Amino acid sequence: MKFSKLVLNGFKSLTVNKMRTGLAVLGIVIGIGSVIALVSMGEASKLSVQSQIQSIGSNLLTISPGAQTSGGVRGAQGGATTLTNDDAEAIKTSAEVTTVKSVSPEYSSRAQVIAGRNNTNSQIVGVEPAYVDVRKIEVTAGSFITDSQLTRNSKVAVLGPSVAEDLFGEGVNPIDQKIKINGNEFQVIGITKSKGGSGPTSTDDYIFVPLTTAQKQLFGAKHLTSIALEATSENVMTRAQNQVGYLLLARHGFSDPSEADFRISSQEDLLETITSVTGTFTTLLSGVAAISLLVGGIGIMNIMLMSVTERTREIGLRKALGAKKKSIIQQFLIESIILTFTGGVIGVVLGIAGFYVYAQVNGSQFVVTAESVVLAFSVSVGIGILFGWYPANQAANLQPIDALKYE
Amino acid sequence: MHMPKPIIDVSHLSKIYKTGDIEVKALSDVSIQIQEGEFVAIMGSSGSGKSTLMHILGALDKPTSGTYFLDGHNVESLSDDDLADIRNRKIGFVFQAFNLLARTSAIDNVKLPMEYAEISDSVQEKKATEVLERVGLSDRMDHTPNKLSGGQQQRVAIARALVMEPAIILADEPTGNIASTQAEEVMAIFQELNKQGHTIVMITHEEDIADHAKRVIHLFDGVIRSDKSNKKQKIARLKS
Repeated sequence: MKFSKLVLNGFKSLTVNKMRTGLAVLGIVIGIGSVIALVSMGEASKLSVQSQIQSIGSNLLTISPGAQTSGGVRGAQGGATTLTNDDAEAIKTSAEVTTVKSVSPEYSSRAQVIAGRNNTNSQIVGVEPAYVDVRKIEVTAGSFITDSQLTRNSKVAVLGPSVAEDLFGEGVNPIDQKIKINGNEFQVIGITKSKGGSGPTSTDDYIFVPLTTAQKQLFGAKHLTSIALEATSENVMTRAQNQVGYLLLARHGFSDPSEADFRISSQEDLLETITSVTGTFTTLLSGVAAISLLVGGIGIMNIMLMSVTERTREIGLRKALGAKKKSIIQQFLIESIILTFTGGVIGVVLGIAGFYVYAQVNGSQFVVTAESVVLAFSVSVGIGILFGWYPANQAANLQPIDALKYE
Repeated sequence: MHMPKPIIDVSHLSKIYKTGDIEVKALSDVSIQIQEGEFVAIMGSSGSGKSTLMHILGALDKPTSGTYFLDGHNVESLSDDDLADIRNRKIGFVFQAFNLLARTSAIDNVKLPMEYAEISDSVQEKKATEVLERVGLSDRMDHTPNKLSGGQQQRVAIARALVMEPAIILADEPTGNIASTQAEEVMAIFQELNKQGHTIVMITHEEDIADHAKRVIHLFDGVIRSDKSNKKQKIARLKS
């Protein structure tokens, strides 16, 4: 029989029991839909993390405090207070460190911020002017913190766009307005450009103040929470990491790098970690989706087996009229492929729609890869073949006389 | 004198069914020869083995022993697919329960054997129309079986049996499920087809249906009891 006729006949016999057909298709729809949606979500979050990290700068090295050992007791990671302004100064001036272009010592802590009637809890970052170059920050209005403001411990602040909106509302120019950080009055001198993202890692939520002001007047600290370095080029990242690492080891009096009370990480490291985390996540989600696809496939097999039993006499008749084994297999296989293919199409559409909604709600990227669609289609057709084969074969192997006499 | 080659040549046919330890001999040592152009009725009560014989003649079942030549082919030696081919080209089945595909128009039912013979659509259309006209259903070609009377359904089935121009038409209790007036019509069609040269083998347990055939074979307990030509063939008339 011709392929087009086989497909037509398949459709015809599937429409006989619409409810059952619908439910069988639903299993595949859910399976394929969840594969598409979940894999896309995983991909999108990976992409957004990557672009966020790339926007921070690929020449960037970050020194953060490690665990401090005092009297044989090792403290918590990041708890060390041994990273100091002098360390930053040493990196700037050391003759051994040849691969670092600029150094940005930073002190950051959370504080309550008030502007008029609005208040918010925000990350306050004490910085030097070099921060702009090292962290790739742009100022859209006003200006960034200057050297003279640094030396004078000026109470000036540069706001991230999200904080600016939280404190002053949309469309209000906050420049020259006053805000209060931990009770100290600051004058807003600039707004940074949005870098996207949200949460504690997004610079959009930061308030920048002069480092000296942050350390002495706001938080009374003598150490740094991080030092950001800009290497002279992407190619010397490892060398820069080593040069700075040994300098700091010597300064902090360690000979064994494993005892170091600081960590130097590059964006590359961070990227790798996060990519592997999101990768694991995507794999996990795909696994869940694959299980639902398997369940859908078993549903198809069940329906097809029922259909074969129900139509035993029809199979007998077809054989009496000259249908060969091949024709009977084709007939039933095509029916199950129609089921799974239809389920696949609807599943892809619903999966993409579901992902679109997710992207809208979470503000994540909406990217559907062609691969995932092609994969979903071939998997759904493959399931049709896989789970349709057994029932089709059962049907084809019936003896014509037994099939005809079947009650 | 010219001796025609038999279309059906069955010799020493036996069929034994086994259920557990019990053996049932459905046919024993049956030999029949049927020539081209004959109209044979095989009679017998239920359990006489006539259905078993019918299934073997229709290449739907295989005998336990004995040989069966159908139009020169030794059926025993054929594979499943070859048997399907034989059924498709050499045998036209007419069943008691019509066995039409539900929700499928009369003409599409008639086309079904041609689908398996991979005949082109245009030829299918032409031939199906032609045979449906021959059984007097040219005005009901697009009706589905549930819109047709029992007699009309059986005529569709006959059209389907005819469409491949088979060597024989095998009818298993063709009037068993239809009203007697319509049974008369079916017999009239068979006699007309026989007149046109078709070989017909019909199984029935009804005496007055068997009377329409030219030769009547009686089966009893799997053995042929009598095999004679019917001197007083009853002629069925088609009511216009």
